[in-house]
Amino acid sequence: MNERRYPYYPGCSLSHRSHAYEVSTQAIASALGFELVEMDDWNCCGATEYFSVNRLPAYSLVARNLARAADAGADQLVVPCSACYLNLHKTDKNMGLYPALGKKVNKALSAGNLHYEPGTVHVRHLLEAVLTDFGLDTLKERTRRPLYGLKLAAYYGCLVARPDAVFDSTEQPMAMDEMFTALGAEPTAFRLKTFCCGGHMTQISETTALEMIHKIIKSAADSGADALVTICPMCQLNLDVYQGYANRLFDTSYDMPVLYFTQVIGLALGLTPKELGFGQEFVDASGVPAKIQDVPPPKAKPERRSKQALPMPAMPE
Amino acid sequence: MKAAGNSTFFQRVVEATPGGELLSQCLQCGSCGGSCPSGADMDHTPRALFAMISAGLEDEVLSSNTPWFCVSCYACTTRCPQQIPITDIMYTLKEMAIQSGRYEHPGAAKFSETFIGFVEQRGRSFEAGLATRYHLFHHPQQMVKLGMMGMNMLRRNRLPLRPKSIRQLDQLQAILAEAKTIAAEERRV
Ligand code: SF4
Ligand code: SF4
Repeated sequence: MNERRYPYYPGCSLSHRSHAYEVSTQAIASALGFELVEMDDWNCCGATEYFSVNRLPAYSLVARNLARAADAGADQLVVPCSACYLNLHKTDKNMGLYPALGKKVNKALSAGNLHYEPGTVHVRHLLEAVLTDFGLDTLKERTRRPLYGLKLAAYYGCLVARPDAVFDSTEQPMAMDEMFTALGAEPTAFRLKTFCCGGHMTQISETTALEMIHKIIKSAADSGADALVTICPMCQLNLDVYQGYANRLFDTSYDMPVLYFTQVIGLALGLTPKELGFGQEFVDASGVPAKIQDVPPPKAKPERRSKQALPMPAMPE
Repeated sequence: MKAAGNSTFFQRVVEATPGGELLSQCLQCGSCGGSCPSGADMDHTPRALFAMISAGLEDEVLSSNTPWFCVSCYACTTRCPQQIPITDIMYTLKEMAIQSGRYEHPGAAKFSETFIGFVEQRGRSFEAGLATRYHLFHHPQQMVKLGMMGMNMLRRNRLPLRPKSIRQLDQLQAILAEAKTIAAEERRV
């Protein structure tokens, strides 16, 4: 396979506190044969803070990245963090959709000798790039160690599924679930896959955030998952680091490991937990690889309903 | 100070929000509030807030805690049958509340400002400094717990203590200064 090169925007979280995501991303990139080339001198996307209180500077902050990427000849930008993805994608989209806004942003950019033509840089989440450019067949083909018996809850969070849902459904995304199946694992019937992780609320109103975190962890545990799998460093941080606080507040004792999707792909590609940055999580995830079985588990229950039957609400067991 | 110039509160909210003109199409169906994960903590649901904006209840709207409990999850925005950019309207309301000095949840505003301060000074966010500075000034009692969490983050190599900066900080600062000038001029008209 020819080596693909992707212009890459890692974002502050990856270069700071979500080292395991960065490590596992780079590990699967070299295993799958693609290269992520970090764009030069990128700046923070402003997270949800900047947009919420200072709109025009926020768009300009984000647009500096787009303009610099475009100047360097990039026609796309791959982003592993859902918040960065949303901000970059939204800025590109809204500058085109609302020309008055686009003009003002470009006026601001001109103070730094930059200009951005909306639509030049296609902003893509890392999950989207891996799934559309490599595809399930390639992943299946490259799988060295099928994840038989591993039950995984696919957690998409809000910012990739919404508001634009460019590569999956807003309400019931399935891309990651299908990927788990291709890798040999079993996606669980996890209901809160796009419920918000609480975002910055952990800093502002902790109980509000802990309630959301508790709901997600409970829903994943109820679905029988061995681990919850995220596609965003913020989601991972909230669900992992704050899980203990949520347990204390709700008097529960969940210990749900929270992985990055890149770690899951990496395990299937035959990489070791160490190569994938395992060990930085708060809720110990070292038991997850140990649950992988050598043979596919027997099919749980025969289907009682025909596939053609009308959909019925699922009954809680 | 009720209305700036001749425009109503409703018009100002609409004008400050990209796509905001759709707000006049609100059906009061309540899908937004029903989808909202932090609705329970809000003093008015998003639906009620929009009715209040139409009714011109500027003081009540700008001192509501609702926008400050918004976690930017976009659940409302994708479900709204009228495609109203609800999350962006929440942002507009936060911005207006700060500018008029009327915010119900100063903690949230201060958190945003502290975060923005780091980004403006370095071009990157800086968690260790952010959490410390924000909580030190606003919730000193949180510092003990935060200290413990910080230690655990450090041990796992998840909390760098030295902030990173971008190389061409002057370029970024020139852009932001210009953007602020444009935004300030807009507010004056
Ligand atoms: S969902 Fe949309 S139309 Fe319905 S009340 Fe909310 S803003 Fe109005
Ligand atoms: S974007 Fe804000 S207002 Fe809308 S559902 Fe999410 S938290 Fe509620």
